[in-house]
Amino acid sequence: MCSICGCGQGETRIDGVALPAAQGHGVAPDHGHDPGHDPGHDHEHVGADGRIYRHSHADDHLGADRQESLRHRQGREDGAARLIRVERDLLAKNAGFAAVNRRLFEATGSFVVNLMSSPGSGKTTLLARTLIDLKGRIAAAVIEGDQQTSFDAERIRATGTPAIQINTGKGCHLDAQMITQAVGTLAATQGGVLFIENVGNLVCPAGFDLGETRRVVVLSVTEGEDKPLKYPEIFATADLLLINKIDLLPHLTFDLGRLVGYARRVKPSLTVIELSATGGQGLEAWYAWIEAGAAAAQQKRPAGR
Amino acid sequence: MHELSLAQGIIDVIREQAATQSFARVRRVRLQIGALSHVEPESIAFCFDAACRDTVAEGARLEIERPPGQAYCLACAATVTIAARPDPCPRCGGHQLMVVGGDELRVLELEVD
Repeated sequence: MCSICGCGQGETRIDGVALPAAQGHGVAPDHGHDPGHDPGHDHEHVGADGRIYRHSHADDHLGADRQESLRHRQGREDGAARLIRVERDLLAKNAGFAAVNRRLFEATGSFVVNLMSSPGSGKTTLLARTLIDLKGRIAAAVIEGDQQTSFDAERIRATGTPAIQINTGKGCHLDAQMITQAVGTLAATQGGVLFIENVGNLVCPAGFDLGETRRVVVLSVTEGEDKPLKYPEIFATADLLLINKIDLLPHLTFDLGRLVGYARRVKPSLTVIELSATGGQGLEAWYAWIEAGAAAAQQKRPAGR
Repeated sequence: MHELSLAQGIIDVIREQAATQSFARVRRVRLQIGALSHVEPESIAFCFDAACRDTVAEGARLEIERPPGQAYCLACAATVTIAARPDPCPRCGGHQLMVVGGDELRVLELEVD
């Protein structure tokens, strides 16, 4: 598979349950196909309600006569090569699921935060502390993404917050389709704040829109000031940078000003909050940012819902 | 990296086209991967070789177009060319840049029969 990190597909599990390879037509009767639909392969549809329907067809939708006339209409000569102008975005499928998620989140007035960082930045510790401190102030739910184990979801559930664990298997990032599938089983996304903790990785999550409201990068001061220049993509797509573990600064030679300067080179408008998830410094600024986002999402919610 | 998912994305686009355009084989796939996109052309080519097996695109030749990175410099009020995201404006040396091109990630064209 992928030579760089070994990422692969088809091994995604949500709360330990493998995603089904096929579903019957009976589940999703309300969709049609273009003529000449490719036979015999598994494929998916996103329903109007955001659910994913996956199924396969035993045979072609077209009779031989209609196929022949389709070929004639397209001027196809057997054996002759022809050019098809496609101009399709490679992330079109992900963008489609992300749009479904975004519509769902907007309709329910949910504020959805995609938390991204390298492994070990303290994302889960920060999240668990945040959920305890904001108990009673916001309604929250969590989607946890990791290649293996449900340790993080268990840590979140211990705070009394509903959590779903997505295991990506060999996948190196969460994608929008996994979120579509996970929110279907998470009743707590009816308004409030949904935190999505992405797979610990500063590279791949940058390219995948999950349909979130805001993208947040967590970087700890034990990691090195030059990360924004080494991994510019993830900082370029972020709305907020959380600099974690600042209580350790007296023991390090870390230059906070340099880190912020590098990050703003990549994203001039980036908001920065310095904090410590264990020491408690700066947490109120982070909580204020969350509450402002949640209030704005509620306000934008369509009337009558 | 995430190139395998993207290679799978190419196959998805090809499948979609095969369904409406009725072809049996893809000879050549032309891609556009901008210099500022988060993708290495070499590794997408490697992953495509794996992803195209047992599909109509098996054995297809991959051609990759590389549009240069383009950014608008707020200080110069001009569009400039940059090689990578954290690079400074080549005119003023500043970093008030907004990427406006070179982040494409698209299937442009298929040669089929």
